[in-house]
Amino acid sequence: MKLAFTQAEEDFRAEAADWLNAQISGEFADIKGITTLTEKAERRKEWEQHLGAHGWSCIGWPKEWGGRDATLAEQVIFAEEYARARAPGRVNHIGVELAGPTLLTFGTQEQKQHFLPGIAEGKTIFCQGYSEPNAGSDLSAVRTKARLEGGEWVVDGQKIWTSLAHISDWIFVVARSEEGSKGPKGLTFLMMEIDQPGIDIRPIEQINGDAEFNETFFDAARCPEDSLIGAVGDGWRVAMGLLSFERGVSTLGQQMAFRNELDAIIDAAKANGAATDPLIRQRIAKAEIGLRLMRYGALRMLSNTDHSKVDGAALTYKIQWASWRRSIGELAMDVLGQGGEITDSENYEWDALPNLFLYSRADTIYGGTNQIQRNLIAERGLGMPREPRGNK
Amino acid sequence: MDFAFTDEQNMIAETAQGFFAENATSERTRKAMAANGIDRALYRSFCEELALGGVLVPEELGGVGLGHVEMAIVAEAAGCNVAALPLLNLNICTAMIAAGGSDAQKIELLPALLSGEKLYAAAGNDTIAFDGNTLNGTFDFVTHGGCANVFILAHPQQAWIVEAGAPGVTVTAHTSMDQTRPLATVRLENVTGEPLADAKSAIAASQSAAWITLAAEALGGAQACLDRTVAYANERVQFGRSIGSFQAYKHRLADMMIEIEQARSAVYWAACATDEQSDDPQLALHAAKAFCADTFFKCASDMIQLHGGIGFTWEHDAHIFFKRARSIQTLLHDGNFHREQIATQILGKAA
Repeated sequence: MKLAFTQAEEDFRAEAADWLNAQISGEFADIKGITTLTEKAERRKEWEQHLGAHGWSCIGWPKEWGGRDATLAEQVIFAEEYARARAPGRVNHIGVELAGPTLLTFGTQEQKQHFLPGIAEGKTIFCQGYSEPNAGSDLSAVRTKARLEGGEWVVDGQKIWTSLAHISDWIFVVARSEEGSKGPKGLTFLMMEIDQPGIDIRPIEQINGDAEFNETFFDAARCPEDSLIGAVGDGWRVAMGLLSFERGVSTLGQQMAFRNELDAIIDAAKANGAATDPLIRQRIAKAEIGLRLMRYGALRMLSNTDHSKVDGAALTYKIQWASWRRSIGELAMDVLGQGGEITDSENYEWDALPNLFLYSRADTIYGGTNQIQRNLIAERGLGMPREPRGNK
Repeated sequence: MDFAFTDEQNMIAETAQGFFAENATSERTRKAMAANGIDRALYRSFCEELALGGVLVPEELGGVGLGHVEMAIVAEAAGCNVAALPLLNLNICTAMIAAGGSDAQKIELLPALLSGEKLYAAAGNDTIAFDGNTLNGTFDFVTHGGCANVFILAHPQQAWIVEAGAPGVTVTAHTSMDQTRPLATVRLENVTGEPLADAKSAIAASQSAAWITLAAEALGGAQACLDRTVAYANERVQFGRSIGSFQAYKHRLADMMIEIEQARSAVYWAACATDEQSDDPQLALHAAKAFCADTFFKCASDMIQLHGGIGFTWEHDAHIFFKRARSIQTLLHDGNFHREQIATQILGKAA
């Protein structure tokens, strides 16, 4: 058991930090520290391309596809330095962290050649088409249909909560390709170009006034027959494989962003005197402990090479960070007092901390609600009986 | 960076877990609870056969010469079974003597401590009166104080070795809620203590040893509460289904596991940080002590609730965990104290 990084890794850290800091305090200073995913989207697409051009976009990918073959430790380090430099959230995180690894695992050589360079160069932005109005926590209840017609897939239906669909170029869609099939059977995983007459994107206004999520309507939307990843009817396996990519090194970068948020609360508390309130001090200390424990939980998760056993740290991580972040949103408002209730904006735009308070209500819902997480933990981690299924 | 056990550490964990599972049975723990809280036979085999008493003590002084990670592994395994051992005092006192004793003190004191022949108890008091090495005052809530042969008594500037039988020492053992670690009051009237050569080092070493031991014991205890409740959830049937199939039940089990996983990170972060002197060791110690004690208490409380009536009986082991958890919460400063230390580090002193 060892916490220290090697000298080579520390050198890599310095190299990454130097490069990131030079960009974020120079050419890209205007997007430093942006906390929402929607602000200055065009500039952030340029930033994606800049990362790609300098080989920093997807360092964990193989070299032949534009990555660096970076080790796990190097990916951890880069994610930490990225957030420490206050570089903006990645508008192509779905492409880099989900679509890319899925293609690398399940894609054909042709599909890799078609998609991976664009993702690596930051020119192809992806979004994810999983959830539907009636397939939320029960993801396999997908109703969006896909049928083969004249050498093309024709897709009808609706996806929802498609984050950043309005600025994306491609969407991957899980659709029901077998008429009459139920649950995880009969689904197919398709890559679809968004800019076409059959796809209509409508933003969903959120409780914080922002609109990161969308409804995506498919009305005879089309894609070529070979747009599927994996086999016809094998979409669930591909989709589940993809979900397992979601928890990984990016969590460490996310934690540095959380560090920035907790630091903003600490600064606010020092500035307005809340830092002398014994109860606020206790809550800030608890938040600090929670943040540190996330870091060491993630390091345990990444150090775990025995995949034969259930990894408790990994299984409990989602609910842990989501609940933590929601609680510091509440802490932020208690620190700010009534000052947190007003904004200078005429468009209902909020400063980082009130926005954190509002936005973090989504954290315990998306990517598996806290309630679904508890089911998973009890069933997979503790061997409790599965929830009974209703008739479909 | 490799935040996982090495093969050697896995081996120590398996050995220790096997030893306590086999020997620190409920029956033996209860026998000790009815007496002075120590299973002497268990302690002897722990010290002599397992030879894991002096994990932190260098090999040339008769110890194992390993670090706080290994110490935590052993304490976690002991905590799983609420073993009736003076492990906390052993870890504190060996750390104090190894770090702050003179060469002569190390050679003179460590053998009887490590072999389990003599029972040591440590205590601190910021307001004890001392004139040179003549001590007057009272040390309250001394764990296993009632049966200790030797005390290490500390003031922030000095620490002394005091024989329990020395003139002027009065020990009063108390009936204590946690019968596995009963408390005593030690009164000193013109007692002559033998000073440790380097009290400052001894006290610093005692803090990391003590807080990590308690945090690791709490982690092991919390995990045992969860494991035993999971077993009960599978076996108990009501309304025609195993009670573990009810969401209200299994979500509470999930919540226990969420806390325990964090507690595990806390213990081994604190242990590793102490060994490597990196990653904010002081903050880690406070975090581990506060977080793990609370986790243990939550899990032990839930263990009672989730067992229903049987969990409230003396016959069931739940209360042994519950009382151990409660005593760990207050022992060597409560959670509010430790969190305030962290707050001070982050926010500066309170007004």
